[in-house]
Amino acid sequence: MKYINQFSLSVDAKSINEGFVRSAVAAFCVQLNPTIEEIGDIKTAVSEAVTNSIVHGYKGKDGQIVVTVGLCEDGKTIEISVQDFGVGIPDVEQAMQTFFTTSPTDERSGMGFTVMEAFTDDLLVTSEVNKGTLVKMKKLLGANGNEIDNEQL
Amino acid sequence: MEILYSLEKSTLTIFLIGELDEFSAVNAKQKLDQIISDNKPQTILFDLSRLSFMDSTGIGVLIGRYKTAKALNGKVYVKNISRSIDKIFLMAGLYDIMPKISYKEQKNEIH
Repeated sequence: MKYINQFSLSVDAKSINEGFVRSAVAAFCVQLNPTIEEIGDIKTAVSEAVTNSIVHGYKGKDGQIVVTVGLCEDGKTIEISVQDFGVGIPDVEQAMQTFFTTSPTDERSGMGFTVMEAFTDDLLVTSEVNKGTLVKMKKLLGANGNEIDNEQL
Repeated sequence: MEILYSLEKSTLTIFLIGELDEFSAVNAKQKLDQIISDNKPQTILFDLSRLSFMDSTGIGVLIGRYKTAKALNGKVYVKNISRSIDKIFLMAGLYDIMPKISYKEQKNEIH
């Protein structure tokens, strides 16, 4: 995917970084003049993906999470990638089912992927055991009609 | 995040202030369980007017506290929910176990 504007960051897989990552992604999206609701959706979806990497991908152990945000060529779609290099998901389809969780005793709701799916327009999860997981989400931020074309950049 | 509460008759109003996510969840759980077991309320009212962010980790936290309250025969309500948190509540079916209540209903039903 070719982006007309993008940024990426790499952070330690620590839950204290969640607030920073979702705020950074939201701040990048401000160039599209999104609605408050769209910003809320993006923050929540990003938080779910990062939580998954920390809790399930790395199981609380040290690791890195790479987040890339790109503005697509249409000038109004944002693509967000959250990648970890943790244990991976053996059965992605099962993991994505609502209420499915590997740790029910830990008060986990099993809603993470369901929230990501509902709060974005497109969700793609690829994973390999012992290699890691890549979550790609797309969201059209066109509600306010603020598009960016290549000429402006 | 910060947690404040007030007890009026047997209604415990709990204010969740700030962001409820994976980072804040562990402390929030401990604090809430402490407050609930200390006060043993008949009714718990979560006031979310100052909760600026909550993701699905928060669903787990709230369901867990609902179970704590239910074990003490208490009821749980929520009020002042923002639009984005309302979406999470609807998605998870949380209103089935902790109904949303307005100020007027609160005066009539709880007290």
